[in-house]
Amino acid sequence: MKLKWENHGIKTHLGRARGLGSAGHGSDHWMKQRVTAIANIPLVLWLVFSIVSLKGASYKEFTSWLSEPLNAILMILFILSTFYHAKLGSQVVTEDYIHNEGLKIFKLIGQKLFFFGLGVACIFSILKIAL
Amino acid sequence: MSNSSEIKAKRPLSPHLQVYKPQMTSTLSILHRACGVALALGTLMVAWWLIAAATSEAAYGIAMGFASTPLGGFMIFGWSVALFYHLSNGVRHLFWDMGYLLKIEDAYKAGYLVLLSTAILTCAAWCLALAS
Repeated sequence: MKLKWENHGIKTHLGRARGLGSAGHGSDHWMKQRVTAIANIPLVLWLVFSIVSLKGASYKEFTSWLSEPLNAILMILFILSTFYHAKLGSQVVTEDYIHNEGLKIFKLIGQKLFFFGLGVACIFSILKIAL
Repeated sequence: MSNSSEIKAKRPLSPHLQVYKPQMTSTLSILHRACGVALALGTLMVAWWLIAAATSEAAYGIAMGFASTPLGGFMIFGWSVALFYHLSNGVRHLFWDMGYLLKIEDAYKAGYLVLLSTAILTCAAWCLALAS
Protein backbone atom coordinates (compact mmCIF):
# COMPACT_ATOMS: atom_id res chain seq x y z
CA MET A 1 0.00 0.00 0.00
CA LYS A 2 1.29 3.39 -0.91
CA LEU A 3 1.43 5.88 1.91
CA LYS A 4 0.09 9.37 1.42
CA TRP A 5 3.46 11.14 1.78
CA GLU A 6 5.12 8.94 -0.84
CA ASN A 7 3.34 11.02 -3.45
CA HIS A 8 3.33 14.44 -1.87
CA GLY A 9 6.13 14.45 0.69
CA ILE A 10 5.12 14.97 4.28
CA LYS A 11 3.49 18.32 3.56
CA THR A 12 -0.21 18.97 3.32
CA HIS A 13 -1.59 20.25 0.03
CA LEU A 14 -2.12 23.68 1.60
CA GLY A 15 1.47 23.70 2.91
CA ARG A 16 2.78 22.83 -0.56
CA ALA A 17 0.67 25.52 -2.19
CA ARG A 18 1.83 28.18 0.26
CA GLY A 19 5.46 27.10 -0.16
CA LEU A 20 6.57 28.73 3.08
CA GLY A 21 8.65 25.85 4.46
CA SER A 22 9.01 24.73 8.07
CA ALA A 23 10.07 28.13 9.39
CA GLY A 24 7.13 29.82 7.68
CA HIS A 25 9.32 32.10 5.58
CA GLY A 26 9.88 30.07 2.41
CA SER A 27 12.45 31.59 0.06
CA ASP A 28 11.96 35.07 1.54
CA HIS A 29 15.48 35.38 3.02
CA TRP A 30 17.11 33.95 -0.11
CA MET A 31 15.21 36.33 -2.40
CA LYS A 32 15.91 39.41 -0.24
CA GLN A 33 19.61 38.56 -0.29
CA ARG A 34 19.54 38.47 -4.12
CA VAL A 35 17.47 41.63 -4.51
CA THR A 36 19.80 43.61 -2.21
CA ALA A 37 22.80 42.04 -4.00
CA ILE A 38 21.53 43.37 -7.35
CA ALA A 39 20.85 46.81 -5.83
CA ASN A 40 24.32 46.81 -4.24
CA ILE A 41 26.11 46.51 -7.61
CA PRO A 42 25.40 50.05 -8.93
CA LEU A 43 25.29 51.61 -5.44
CA VAL A 44 28.71 50.27 -4.42
CA LEU A 45 30.29 51.23 -7.76
CA TRP A 46 28.84 54.75 -7.35
CA LEU A 47 30.21 54.99 -3.79
CA VAL A 48 33.70 53.82 -4.79
CA PHE A 49 33.76 56.31 -7.67
CA SER A 50 32.54 59.07 -5.32
CA ILE A 51 35.14 58.31 -2.64
CA VAL A 52 37.88 58.31 -5.28
CA SER A 53 36.76 61.68 -6.65
CA LEU A 54 36.33 63.08 -3.10
CA LYS A 55 39.93 62.22 -2.23
CA GLY A 56 41.57 65.15 -0.43
CA ALA A 57 38.25 66.98 -0.10
CA SER A 58 37.88 69.39 2.83
CA TYR A 59 35.07 69.11 5.38
CA LYS A 60 33.12 71.85 3.56
CA GLU A 61 33.61 70.17 0.17
CA PHE A 62 32.46 66.82 1.52
CA THR A 63 29.36 68.15 3.31
CA SER A 64 28.32 70.25 0.31
CA TRP A 65 28.77 67.17 -1.93
CA LEU A 66 26.54 65.13 0.43
CA SER A 67 23.99 67.99 0.52
CA GLU A 68 23.21 67.52 -3.17
CA PRO A 69 19.89 65.65 -3.30
CA LEU A 70 21.08 62.95 -5.73
CA ASN A 71 24.14 62.16 -3.60
CA ALA A 72 22.13 62.13 -0.35
CA ILE A 73 19.46 59.86 -1.89
CA LEU A 74 22.04 57.45 -3.34
CA MET A 75 23.92 57.39 -0.03
CA ILE A 76 20.72 56.53 1.89
CA LEU A 77 19.92 53.81 -0.64
CA PHE A 78 23.49 52.51 -0.31
CA ILE A 79 23.13 52.33 3.49
CA LEU A 80 19.73 50.61 3.35
CA SER A 81 20.74 48.04 0.75
CA THR A 82 24.23 47.14 1.99
CA PHE A 83 23.35 47.11 5.71
CA TYR A 84 20.32 44.90 5.04
CA HIS A 85 22.48 42.63 2.87
CA ALA A 86 25.05 42.47 5.69
CA LYS A 87 22.34 41.59 8.20
CA LEU A 88 21.08 38.76 5.98
CA GLY A 89 24.58 37.44 5.26
CA SER A 90 25.86 37.55 8.82
CA GLN A 91 22.67 35.79 9.93
CA VAL A 92 23.51 32.81 7.67
CA VAL A 93 27.13 32.76 8.87
CA THR A 94 26.00 32.68 12.51
CA GLU A 95 23.40 29.98 11.81
CA ASP A 96 26.09 27.86 10.13
CA TYR A 97 28.89 28.15 12.68
CA ILE A 98 27.41 28.85 16.12
CA HIS A 99 26.02 25.59 17.47
CA ASN A 100 25.17 26.67 21.01
CA GLU A 101 21.47 27.48 20.79
CA GLY A 102 21.52 30.25 23.40
CA LEU A 103 24.61 31.96 22.04
CA LYS A 104 23.24 31.65 18.51
CA ILE A 105 19.99 33.44 19.34
CA PHE A 106 21.89 36.07 21.36
CA LYS A 107 24.23 36.70 18.42
CA LEU A 108 21.42 36.74 15.85
CA ILE A 109 19.45 39.33 17.81
CA GLY A 110 22.62 41.34 18.45
CA GLN A 111 23.52 41.42 14.75
CA LYS A 112 20.00 42.45 13.79
CA LEU A 113 20.04 45.33 16.29
CA PHE A 114 23.62 46.28 15.34
CA PHE A 115 22.90 46.76 11.63
CA PHE A 116 19.52 48.38 12.26
CA GLY A 117 20.97 50.80 14.82
CA LEU A 118 24.04 51.63 12.76
CA GLY A 119 21.90 52.07 9.65
CA VAL A 120 19.57 54.50 11.42
CA ALA A 121 22.60 56.45 12.71
CA CYS A 122 24.01 56.68 9.17
CA ILE A 123 20.73 57.79 7.62
CA PHE A 124 20.17 60.39 10.34
CA SER A 125 23.70 61.71 9.74
CA ILE A 126 23.13 61.96 5.99
CA LEU A 127 19.84 63.80 6.51
CA LYS A 128 21.39 66.16 9.07
CA ILE A 129 24.11 67.13 6.60
CA ALA A 130 21.82 67.29 3.58
CA LEU A 131 18.85 69.17 5.04
CA MET B 1 20.46 -5.24 18.75
CA SER B 2 23.44 -3.19 19.84
CA ASN B 3 23.09 -0.12 21.99
CA SER B 4 22.90 3.41 20.58
CA SER B 5 26.51 4.43 21.32
CA GLU B 6 27.78 1.40 19.36
CA ILE B 7 25.61 2.37 16.40
CA LYS B 8 26.91 5.90 16.61
CA ALA B 9 30.53 4.69 16.65
CA LYS B 10 29.99 2.66 13.46
CA ARG B 11 28.57 5.55 11.48
CA PRO B 12 30.79 6.72 8.63
CA LEU B 13 32.33 10.13 9.12
CA SER B 14 32.04 12.89 6.55
CA PRO B 15 35.37 14.07 5.10
CA HIS B 16 36.89 16.58 7.47
CA LEU B 17 38.38 19.80 6.20
CA GLN B 18 41.90 18.93 7.35
CA VAL B 19 42.05 15.77 5.19
CA TYR B 20 40.40 17.46 2.24
CA LYS B 21 42.57 18.77 -0.59
CA PRO B 22 41.81 22.48 -1.06
CA GLN B 23 40.15 23.19 -4.39
CA MET B 24 39.88 26.48 -6.21
CA THR B 25 36.08 26.33 -6.00
CA SER B 26 35.95 25.71 -2.24
CA THR B 27 38.69 28.27 -1.57
CA LEU B 28 36.85 30.98 -3.51
CA SER B 29 33.63 29.97 -1.74
CA ILE B 30 35.00 30.44 1.79
CA LEU B 31 36.80 33.59 0.62
CA HIS B 32 33.42 35.00 -0.45
CA ARG B 33 32.17 34.49 3.09
CA ALA B 34 35.30 35.85 4.74
CA CYS B 35 35.14 38.98 2.58
CA GLY B 36 31.44 39.34 3.36
CA VAL B 37 32.16 39.22 7.10
CA ALA B 38 35.01 41.73 6.70
CA LEU B 39 32.72 44.07 4.76
CA ALA B 40 29.96 43.69 7.37
CA LEU B 41 32.50 44.88 9.97
CA GLY B 42 33.49 47.65 7.56
CA THR B 43 30.03 49.18 8.05
CA LEU B 44 31.52 50.53 11.30
CA MET B 45 34.03 52.58 9.30
CA VAL B 46 31.27 53.90 6.99
CA ALA B 47 29.19 54.80 10.06
CA TRP B 48 32.17 56.54 11.70
CA TRP B 49 32.75 58.55 8.50
CA LEU B 50 29.11 59.71 8.18
CA ILE B 51 28.42 60.28 11.90
CA ALA B 52 31.67 62.25 12.27
CA ALA B 53 30.73 64.44 9.31
CA ALA B 54 27.32 65.09 10.87
CA THR B 55 28.86 65.86 14.28
CA SER B 56 31.54 68.49 13.64
CA GLU B 57 34.49 69.46 11.49
CA ALA B 58 36.83 68.35 14.31
CA ALA B 59 35.18 64.88 14.52
CA TYR B 60 35.43 64.58 10.73
CA GLY B 61 39.08 65.54 10.95
CA ILE B 62 39.74 62.72 13.44
CA ALA B 63 38.07 60.15 11.17
CA MET B 64 39.97 61.38 8.11
CA GLY B 65 43.15 61.51 10.19
CA PHE B 66 42.77 57.82 11.00
CA ALA B 67 42.09 57.03 7.34
CA SER B 68 45.43 58.62 6.39
CA THR B 69 47.51 56.64 8.93
CA PRO B 70 49.33 53.53 7.62
CA LEU B 71 46.91 51.28 9.57
CA GLY B 72 43.89 53.18 8.24
CA GLY B 73 45.22 53.04 4.70
CA PHE B 74 45.93 49.32 5.03
CA MET B 75 42.38 48.71 6.30
CA ILE B 76 40.83 50.73 3.47
CA PHE B 77 42.96 48.88 0.91
CA GLY B 78 41.93 45.53 2.44
CA TRP B 79 38.27 46.53 2.34
CA SER B 80 38.59 47.61 -1.30
CA VAL B 81 39.98 44.18 -2.27
CA ALA B 82 37.29 42.41 -0.19
CA LEU B 83 34.62 44.62 -1.78
CA PHE B 84 35.69 43.99 -5.36
CA TYR B 85 36.09 40.27 -4.74
CA HIS B 86 32.70 39.95 -3.02
CA LEU B 87 31.14 42.02 -5.81
CA SER B 88 32.71 39.98 -8.64
CA ASN B 89 32.04 36.62 -7.01
CA GLY B 90 28.54 37.81 -6.08
CA VAL B 91 27.84 38.28 -9.78
CA ARG B 92 29.09 34.70 -10.34
CA HIS B 93 26.60 33.61 -7.67
CA LEU B 94 23.80 35.44 -9.47
CA PHE B 95 24.68 33.57 -12.68
CA TRP B 96 24.56 30.28 -10.75
CA ASP B 97 21.14 31.28 -9.37
CA MET B 98 19.92 31.70 -12.94
CA GLY B 99 21.24 28.24 -13.78
CA TYR B 100 24.35 29.24 -15.74
CA LEU B 101 28.02 28.28 -15.22
CA LEU B 102 27.10 25.23 -13.16
CA LYS B 103 29.36 22.78 -15.05
CA ILE B 104 32.59 22.29 -13.13
CA GLU B 105 34.82 23.60 -15.95
CA ASP B 106 32.59 26.69 -16.33
CA ALA B 107 32.63 27.30 -12.57
CA TYR B 108 36.44 27.17 -12.69
CA LYS B 109 36.66 29.51 -15.69
CA ALA B 110 34.28 31.99 -14.03
CA GLY B 111 36.33 31.68 -10.83
CA TYR B 112 39.50 32.79 -12.66
CA LEU B 113 37.47 35.59 -14.26
CA VAL B 114 36.38 36.69 -10.78
CA LEU B 115 40.02 36.86 -9.64
CA LEU B 116 40.97 38.82 -12.75
CA SER B 117 38.05 41.20 -12.29
CA THR B 118 39.01 41.73 -8.62
CA ALA B 119 42.55 42.63 -9.64
CA ILE B 120 41.43 44.96 -12.44
CA LEU B 121 38.79 46.79 -10.35
CA THR B 122 41.18 47.19 -7.39
CA CYS B 123 43.95 48.49 -9.65
CA ALA B 124 41.59 50.86 -11.47
CA ALA B 125 40.19 52.33 -8.25
CA TRP B 126 43.60 52.86 -6.65
CA CYS B 127 45.21 54.16 -9.85
CA LEU B 128 42.40 56.73 -10.14
CA ALA B 129 42.67 57.60 -6.44
CA LEU B 130 46.44 57.99 -6.43
CA ALA B 131 46.61 59.81 -9.78
CA SER B 132 44.11 62.50 -8.85
